Amino acid sequence: MNERYTPNPKEAEAIHILREVAAQFERPVLLFSGGKDSITLVHLARKAFYPARVPFPLLHIDTGHNFPETIAFRDALAEKYRLDLIVRKVQDSIDAGKVTEEKGRYASRNYLQTTTLLDAIEEFKFDACIGGARRDEEKARAKERVFSVRDAFGQWDEKNQRPELFNLLNGRIEPGQNVRAFPISNWTELDVWEYIRSESIDIPSLYFAHQREVFFRDGLVWTANEHVYREPDEAVETHWVRFRTVGDMTCTAAVLSEATDLDAVIGEIASSTLSERGARIDDKRSDAAMENRKKVGYF
Amino acid sequence: MKNPRKLLKIATAGSVDDGKSTLIGRLLYETESLPSDRLDAIRATSKRLGFDYLDFSLATDGLTAEREQGITIDVAHIYFNTPRTNFIIADTPGHFEYTRNMVTGASTSEVAIVLIDARKGVTEQTRRHLHIAALLRLRHVVVAVNKMDLIGYDRERFADVSAEAMALCASAGIDDRQVSVVPLSAREGDNVTVASDAMPWYTGAPLLATLERLAAEEHVHSAPFRFSVQTVIRPKTDAFHDFRGFAGMVQGSAVSVGDEVVVLPSGMRSRVKAIHVFDRHYASAGPGSSVVLELEDEVNLSRGELLVRAGEEPEAHAVLEARVCHMNRKALSVGSRFLLQQGSQRVLARVDAVLDRVADDFSGSVEATALELNAIGRVRLKLAKPLYTDRYDDHKANGAFILIDEQTNDTATVGVVV
Repeated sequence: MNERYTPNPKEAEAIHILREVAAQFERPVLLFSGGKDSITLVHLARKAFYPARVPFPLLHIDTGHNFPETIAFRDALAEKYRLDLIVRKVQDSIDAGKVTEEKGRYASRNYLQTTTLLDAIEEFKFDACIGGARRDEEKARAKERVFSVRDAFGQWDEKNQRPELFNLLNGRIEPGQNVRAFPISNWTELDVWEYIRSESIDIPSLYFAHQREVFFRDGLVWTANEHVYREPDEAVETHWVRFRTVGDMTCTAAVLSEATDLDAVIGEIASSTLSERGARIDDKRSDAAMENRKKVGYF
Repeated sequence: MKNPRKLLKIATAGSVDDGKSTLIGRLLYETESLPSDRLDAIRATSKRLGFDYLDFSLATDGLTAEREQGITIDVAHIYFNTPRTNFIIADTPGHFEYTRNMVTGASTSEVAIVLIDARKGVTEQTRRHLHIAALLRLRHVVVAVNKMDLIGYDRERFADVSAEAMALCASAGIDDRQVSVVPLSAREGDNVTVASDAMPWYTGAPLLATLERLAAEEHVHSAPFRFSVQTVIRPKTDAFHDFRGFAGMVQGSAVSVGDEVVVLPSGMRSRVKAIHVFDRHYASAGPGSSVVLELEDEVNLSRGELLVRAGEEPEAHAVLEARVCHMNRKALSVGSRFLLQQGSQRVLARVDAVLDRVADDFSGSVEATALELNAIGRVRLKLAKPLYTDRYDDHKANGAFILIDEQTNDTATVGVVV
């Protein structure tokens, strides 16, 4: 009680941004992927509005190919902190004939989720979508704004972005537009992990080393199960692995690791020589993969 | 929470010719911030281009790609760490047509690195960068005199360039004590992270050590406490039935429990009853803290209103004189109407007069009736409602604003109160 509070500047900035979102928009939503970045966002949102409840719902776009651990974790998190959780399924978009399932060796539902997301934004008339993207992840994200205006088709016009000065955020939009808001824009992967440790934030067991059936392709470690296409000559082996990012099973590769706790994971990341998205199969499609997906409404 | 590293936000500006990309790439490489897959790509491309050295400018390839494609370049953010410090670089192109981007990058930075080519000495670009650093009151300028290898690490030449740069800083209004000059070679790695053997005559610290020292410096917060209310926290739950807290960021100096505070504009007075950060409470909170304040009395206080300490109230201004940088293709002229956003409040503002404009070569001020894209100048604004602002030089957070175009919602102009 007699203590002086000294802020962590990146945390204070994220909380400031979350409060601006809540104040400047009528129907914000937090895009929850089940990954560590969105789990960190939920923690920051709880801190930003405590002792009030988080004043916006969570939206999870379920590709149907999520790790079971992700879904169980999501439901437990929503229950524990009394968060409103909305789930919309890519399978429903497929069944409605809005999108067509990809086939073959690199089949993934990662691209299809954009349609499901845009439909959900329209259904609930969300005017701000809070995401856990960080500028250090990928070069197309390095020039992303904290408040990024999207048109009704979810499109990002990177040539016509609003300048952002000081900590003054301009969230004024036209009807039909919405804003993607990125509170942890300025965090690095290591910042997120160190924050998870210092705040004792629970994360799914997938992030820690465990034994798993995997196979090797293109120098990456793939999960072996019914959702992931596998050639007959791609042999399944059991290895100690962990995930560095957690998304759809079809596009998230594992890394060989024996790090079973946070200190060990942080030790590995601090000395790691592979970039975080190096284990994202979706980014490997082409050099401009992320930029192209952003333009059409991907987070 | 524990915060093991200091944070330093740096603005850089300059063109490829100055070796800026090479310098940033070198910093990333020598602090082991380049992942192996990116380093492999740099090796491969350097080889393909026929270089017998690693071209570190490729590390900031996002920018290079943009330049080749002719896409608008704005601000790229680059992150790296040392064991003691987190660095964020806001990197912008240095040419005149990117003045607004430089202002944007500098607005979130504490320190600027201004690059000078040792062969060329100070240029018009140097003057522009120093002017912007001075305008936004960055607390330190590091002048990096690059390409020392190309002048044979010549001490005399460095002394001349250094003197020119210091003179320019002085004319921009930057105090000697706020300037460090480092001779270096980004390509050869001299004085970037490691002291150079080629320049034994230089007794100062290499660039990285200079930046780490700046990060560790204790800032003296002489600015008064300001708290712009972002949102009111009313849980309405059984456990917190009567709780009413005010969420915002502490600016200027610390706030303590028991402080007598004034609500502006209502003028109502109360005392700080509690300072909350999540589920903990504190006796005081330093500047930059995102907190929830509870007051002893039931006062009416909502988003956009300002809480200050009694006896430190800023004056109300219905007319503001400001230095602005215009950022929109639609020129700013007398009669232009905007929404002015300052802290968490917005008021209608009308341009009453354009007082002057900084000359394109940044050599002085010229008369002006309008401010075009990238122009920096002084204007007088009439506000629909008085604002309790400070002069920017006295209080950064309570003296900076943006002007929003009501029709397009664009952030059209940025300003600092003079």
